[in-house]
Amino acid sequence: MPDEPVPQAKADLDRSFSELYRTHLRDVYSYAYYRVGNHHDAEDLTEQTFLQAYRHYERALRESDGRPLRPWLIRIAHNLAANYYRDRARRPESAIEDAAVISAPHTTETLVEGREQLEEILAGVAQLPDDRREALIMRFALGMDNREIARALGKTDGATKVLLHRAIKQLEGIVGANGGGPAAEAAR
Amino acid sequence: MSTTDFEARLRAALHPVEPPEDFAARLERGLVNLTELAADELEAWELSAMRDPRNWARPVAAAVVGAGAGTALVVLRVRGRHRRRREQSANVLDLAERTVRDLADEARRLLPRGD
Repeated sequence: MPDEPVPQAKADLDRSFSELYRTHLRDVYSYAYYRVGNHHDAEDLTEQTFLQAYRHYERALRESDGRPLRPWLIRIAHNLAANYYRDRARRPESAIEDAAVISAPHTTETLVEGREQLEEILAGVAQLPDDRREALIMRFALGMDNREIARALGKTDGATKVLLHRAIKQLEGIVGANGGGPAAEAAR
Repeated sequence: MSTTDFEARLRAALHPVEPPEDFAARLERGLVNLTELAADELEAWELSAMRDPRNWARPVAAAVVGAGAGTALVVLRVRGRHRRRREQSANVLDLAERTVRDLADEARRLLPRGD
């Protein structure tokens, strides 16, 4: 088997990668955005993720055995984000720029209240340990199931289920302690 | 609020984020033309740079990066700054000089450190 794909195979490979890119750009960007907390760095991280993915795409296709490649893409973004923090010795400086946008129609009062609650939740997410925060981002921002998250994080399905459960419980506790969430509302 | 409600709020808070339109278009163009871009741009840089002996060392930095995605990343980033360089340049030679310098800087950033 040749190391380099023949031209037609290369064209097919590029076309296939193009589809992968179109299908998952929003996923990778969302993940990057919630990891780094601003659009500028999220663009940089997304760009690097797809370039890295392009480089290893042929092998990933071979080894995927027909399984979806989204976990593989997110794992690349995950590793690059880890390098990003290590190289720059920093973490998100503050709350995410403008993530708490509520798209459903609301009155002004409920809009403000809803926005505050969402901001509390986002602030709570930022306080979680890295693996719990990432699992929540994958589940809720990207809609990944346990198996996909497990593949992206290199964990077993069971460990991922436990991780998600603990992440939600811890977040409820954080938000509750700040005056929101199920615990605090039940106490009212 | 029940745990189910809490999860619904969590889902609303962590909603998917659309990439800026210009970024998506820019990245897609870059990816689709990756291979051709790398070849064309590197050739152009080499031709421009070799006219001036002061630049002979600089394309070496690009060559060291190799023909993999490292080059692609250099190309994409340096190409992304092409318009700004053109605006800043006094003439074609100045533009070539700036391009090669940008390439060398970007390549240095991406090369594995020796430590």
